[in-house]
Amino acid sequence: MTASAHIAPVASSALTVSAITQRFDVSAPWLNRVIERKSRLFVRAVDDVSFEVPKGGCLSLVGESGCGKSTVARMVTGLYAPSEGSISFAPGEGGKPLSVQMIFQDPYASLNPRWRVFDIIAEPLRELKLRSTEAEVAARVVELLQTVGLAASDGRKFPHEFSGGQRQRISIARALAAEPEFLVCDEPTSALDVSVQAQILNLMRRLQDEMGLTYLFISHDMSVVRHMSDQIAVMYLGRIVEQAPTEVLFANPRHPYTQLLLDTIPDVAAPRRDREPSTGEVPSPLKPPSGCTFHPRCPQADQRCSAERPGMTALPDDSRAACHRVAEMLERMV
Amino acid sequence: MTDLPTLDVRNLRVEFPGRHGTVTALDAVSLSIGPGEILGVVGESGAGKSMTGLAVQRLLEPPGHIAGGEVWLNGRRIDQLPEREMEKIRGREIGAIFQDPLTSLNPLFSVGRQLVETIRLHGGMSKSAARTRAVELLAEVGIPAPDERVKHFPHQFSGGMRQRVVIALALAARPGLVIADEPTTALDVSIQAQITALLRKLCKDHGTAVMLVTHDMGVIAETADRVAVMYAGRVVEIGPVADVIARPSHPYTRGLMGSIPTLGARVPRLAQIDGAMPRLDAIPPGCAFNPRCPLVHDRCLRDRPDLRPAGMGHAACWLDSTPEEKAA
Repeated sequence: MTASAHIAPVASSALTVSAITQRFDVSAPWLNRVIERKSRLFVRAVDDVSFEVPKGGCLSLVGESGCGKSTVARMVTGLYAPSEGSISFAPGEGGKPLSVQMIFQDPYASLNPRWRVFDIIAEPLRELKLRSTEAEVAARVVELLQTVGLAASDGRKFPHEFSGGQRQRISIARALAAEPEFLVCDEPTSALDVSVQAQILNLMRRLQDEMGLTYLFISHDMSVVRHMSDQIAVMYLGRIVEQAPTEVLFANPRHPYTQLLLDTIPDVAAPRRDREPSTGEVPSPLKPPSGCTFHPRCPQADQRCSAERPGMTALPDDSRAACHRVAEMLERMV
Repeated sequence: MTDLPTLDVRNLRVEFPGRHGTVTALDAVSLSIGPGEILGVVGESGAGKSMTGLAVQRLLEPPGHIAGGEVWLNGRRIDQLPEREMEKIRGREIGAIFQDPLTSLNPLFSVGRQLVETIRLHGGMSKSAARTRAVELLAEVGIPAPDERVKHFPHQFSGGMRQRVVIALALAARPGLVIADEPTTALDVSIQAQITALLRKLCKDHGTAVMLVTHDMGVIAETADRVAVMYAGRVVEIGPVADVIARPSHPYTRGLMGSIPTLGARVPRLAQIDGAMPRLDAIPPGCAFNPRCPLVHDRCLRDRPDLRPAGMGHAACWLDSTPEEKAA
């Protein structure tokens, strides 16, 4: 991929997500509620999230555990129905909606241990009737195995005979079998060792170039995200706090939370041994702070931040951030 | 570094006998840590980094056992001590911090009770003195309102705070050596930085030697003084951390460094080491890295390289050897 991918026209978006919210019912059981006089309790795992993924591009959602990034991935693939808002895919080939597949985090849990690799990859081909004869299915499976860097003979083996990286290759081959145009990758490399992670990331970028795939990439690892994506959306407690083209985000992070994230990541190339670590922790999503949910940890917070929830401010360099300070700065400039 | 290292591991060999033959999990591992020094032990899963920490504490799961080599702690050989002697060393002279703070604390007792138990076991203090000490320890590891928190149970703490409690427990008896096995892996990045900074501070304040086992080179870069890189149960390179990162000598370390995406610049393609680490029961003869090494030559297939001076540290590689040595 080259730098030109960053300025892909946003007009042709593959996926448009508008104002989706996901509420989960985490109430105590009915009897407890009656006896202990507790009210129903909901957690807003995802709160008013909107973004677009351009065709052939890669948008990454980053954030710490519990920020709702995996929930968004599951909503996009239809595993959860959004409580509010809408998710729409652009029409793909033949006018049908884009076909979507997902790659999961744990290659040990996402492959059926009792099936041979051949059958795992052949299942979508047979289920979706993408190939009519068994001979064609077999030929396609061999082709897919080779695409992801495995040997044709590996099809006869069971998942336990493979290492973590090879299993993730099998997951990718299975996802590709359904001929998707859009791949949702939920932390595809976080269970892998770094040298294997590099193999999988390289493979995913090669596939994107060759097949014109669009990725929604979920990760907690800023350096992986930087390597993979054109656009990055940073999530905190169920909301997107900042979204920007990759290079803009790294060069000029606007939201204090993004700044904190970039500051605290240990970087092999430039270790900072003497820095003061940030204080505080992510609050419980059951009782999110008022106003801007980041205000208890924010060095720039004032009264407005604890009272009023900031809206998204669009900035001239294609980025947007949900922060009163950013909005105030923009007002002063105008 | 003083003359006497806190921990000195010499040619350690760990074997697991099994039905299909004996697996050598650690082979000729040598490393030492001085007082106040943090040695990072890094490697991929299965490289033997956790095994090294467990072997030093003599906590290997049977049938695994130390089959050769020596472990010296403060000038005393401990690898052959009877189990009863070893029990006195664990906790008092070697503190342990594990990856998952939830499973290393007892959920049924308040953290205060767990701290008091540990302090009294090793220190022989009265109950009230131990209680005061527990509060001091919690304050030292940066837990706000320690007088209150000492009464709380593990589930009332967040992940980062729980790991602080575990660190307090490990430090309760002021051990000379702390073995921290992936102490930050289960934590979020912003919390991770807090914990590594705390470890570093405590180590420097008390002159504790720390063996920091992790797969995360970034954590090593920011925390450790020296680093040992492990591969297939062997130490392939050991040296000052800045030197190993900037000028790695061993081809495996070079590959490992290239495969880490950095925040600095975006590269079109990450360097990758093809293949995977060999299974421990199928380590090739000669250098264990030879099937994946881009610079392999005849000698690597025949003879196993020992650690030899390379750069500011040591590397186990035939690469810098003279033509005669290569031919030997």
